[in-house]
Amino acid sequence: MIRGAVGFLDERLGAAPLLKKTLKYVFPDHWTFMLGEIALYAFVILVGTGIYLTFFFKPSYAHVIYHGEYAPLRGHEVTKAYESTLQLSFGTKGGLLLRQTHHWAANVFVAAIVVHLLRILYTGAFRKPRDLNVFVGATLLAIAVFEGYAGYSLPDDLLSGMGLAIGYAVMMSIPIAGAWLAALVWGGEFPGGGVFESRLYITHVLIVPIVMAVLISIHLGIIVRQKHTQFPGPGRTERNVVGSRLWPSYALRATSLLLATAGVLFLLGGLVQINPIWLYGPYHPWEATNGAQPDWYVGWLIGALRLMPSLEIHAFGYTLVPNAFFGGALFPLIVFTLIYAWPAIERRITGDHARHELLDRPRDAPWRTATVSAFFSWVAIVFLAGSQDQVALHFHFSYVGLIWFFRVASIAVPVLVFFIVRRAARELAATELHPFRLDG
Amino acid sequence: MRRWLIAALVLLLGKLRRRRALPPGPPPREPDRKAENATFVLLFLSMLASAAFVVLYVANPDTQFLGLAVGFALLALAAACAVAAKRVVPEVQGEEPRPQLLHVDDQEETLAALRQGGEGVSRKRFFLLMGGGAAGLLGTALLAPALSCGPDASRVLTRSPWHRGRRLVTERNEPIVADGIVPGELLTAFPEGARKEQLASPVVVVRVRPDELDLPEERKAWAPDGLLAYSKICTHAGCAVSEYRYPLHDPTAPGPALVCPCHYSTFSVTNGGNLIFGPAGRPLPQLPLEIDGDGHLVAAGDFSGRIGPSWWGVRRG
Repeated sequence: MIRGAVGFLDERLGAAPLLKKTLKYVFPDHWTFMLGEIALYAFVILVGTGIYLTFFFKPSYAHVIYHGEYAPLRGHEVTKAYESTLQLSFGTKGGLLLRQTHHWAANVFVAAIVVHLLRILYTGAFRKPRDLNVFVGATLLAIAVFEGYAGYSLPDDLLSGMGLAIGYAVMMSIPIAGAWLAALVWGGEFPGGGVFESRLYITHVLIVPIVMAVLISIHLGIIVRQKHTQFPGPGRTERNVVGSRLWPSYALRATSLLLATAGVLFLLGGLVQINPIWLYGPYHPWEATNGAQPDWYVGWLIGALRLMPSLEIHAFGYTLVPNAFFGGALFPLIVFTLIYAWPAIERRITGDHARHELLDRPRDAPWRTATVSAFFSWVAIVFLAGSQDQVALHFHFSYVGLIWFFRVASIAVPVLVFFIVRRAARELAATELHPFRLDG
Repeated sequence: MRRWLIAALVLLLGKLRRRRALPPGPPPREPDRKAENATFVLLFLSMLASAAFVVLYVANPDTQFLGLAVGFALLALAAACAVAAKRVVPEVQGEEPRPQLLHVDDQEETLAALRQGGEGVSRKRFFLLMGGGAAGLLGTALLAPALSCGPDASRVLTRSPWHRGRRLVTERNEPIVADGIVPGELLTAFPEGARKEQLASPVVVVRVRPDELDLPEERKAWAPDGLLAYSKICTHAGCAVSEYRYPLHDPTAPGPALVCPCHYSTFSVTNGGNLIFGPAGRPLPQLPLEIDGDGHLVAAGDFSGRIGPSWWGVRRG
């Protein structure tokens, strides 16, 4: 039967050479190569669960009186978006499982991309010819963060509304065109009339997913064309790629990872509550909650908004650049510019314009490892500052004191990290010890 | 001679036969019975869990049990694949050459082909300029309808429902009795009859001791009996300024202040909404208050400045 299928495809498409090549495609074996795969599989889960959610969710700010299963909110006036999300969670068999799995998958998706990016930066995988793919990958990360934000902004609960208010303020703060852009996007002033919610919805469920799918295809297409990088080892050179062939063992391993990712996400979705919008309540612009923590991947932006001192560029009693611009727009712009530009910056500094197919161990490039660590610690400190109100609350620290601590730390820690990591990398390279194993 | 030939033939045939009998390459793999059995068990467990999911879905769709069932079905299947990959099927190692990426000759031929397309054409730059201009303008024209997405910002942002004599009401549209507000209490109020969702609508009303007031000269009359009203929308990022820090035992804390829980911009209540701490770049706009003949709170005018998050060109005061 398989012979028949192969024959059928080959006679009509000339597919046999391609099939043969695909089955024999070589994947280098290293556990860090699974990080990007996990991101890909999380995306698959997101699309699957997301399609299911669209069958129930109503993207509308029209008001209705809630009469559903959740008793504490019965009789309250809420929007259709909020009501349909509650209905999906409590009145639909399996609805809450799919909704929570979708939300968990979004968190894991962005996390996997970030860790994958760190692998790329630490091992020098971004060097020519893969600098091209860094552009695609970094763009995917930025879009993934936006897509997650758009997603948790949809149900119109208090947390979504507060997030959208901040997004509106950041857009307003863009020099010159900000107010005009925000009025275009929201169809007027925040919280927007009838049009905003449906715009956000079509962006979240159609436009951005299509863009992501196209970018993921390009990302993978470039990998297939250039083939994977590999760590140095016996028989591995700049000219070849050594590893497992796709068929049969690798295909089974990849399938296993897909299924395991899905399994863990469904377990999380079933057992660990996430985004309980019925506890937050419906959104009104005049309401806010203390200690609200959004999804982790926007924490670095909240931290930046909080750490920024009260500074506005102004002239003659009129504001030019409002404060929210610095933390909410300029900071992410700098972070992403550094990621995009890093391959070129390193080329400039080292003068190394050669094509690289063999990876560096982090210790073998102490300068790069230290710089990447310092960069990451900088963003991480700002990220931690995003939850300093929780720290203040639980450990009884002064909030103002914490702000000053984090302001200083965001400058001092990256410098410290640079020197410590550079030293550690040099020591490891000299002694050939393993950082996590005592026996070396 | 003949004997030699026969001998050679016998040798050759024998070799051929031996070759047929023993093909070259490594000996065939021995099946790993244990691993195969383990795979079957895992596959069977996965089937059980999937079936359990369907039964649960029909009988008792509890989120936790559904998640456990489908999660277990997926993980058992994942484990089956992993065991099969490691122990049942062969792991085939391979080596492939990398593609040649640099093709100097082809680069040259590409450039030559491109150049050929412009042969015998005069004023090439002008063509490019005109073509680019046409495409750019067409793009602009096609993008222009995007402007219909929203109104002119300057029209929306200056709207305010507040004016002299407009009564303040609670969220339930009840008028606010001035005497009913005690120090330390934070009350959210709206303009009577206006749309509450509008950012310029919600205000916070608080009472301080009149001797605590430190308002600028022109606002001395804005706080009758120590009652003050400020826009509830933070000038930093548009969240609701919903926390009120009121010192119960002076002098443990600086004066009463309004705090936004998003980024902790902290505005003084007594001196006209000036920033004490946090990222906001301008004060919280104050709403002048009056008490009407019935003892109810009414607005004595519009806000002292523009409410809500700042933008390019907004007045700071």
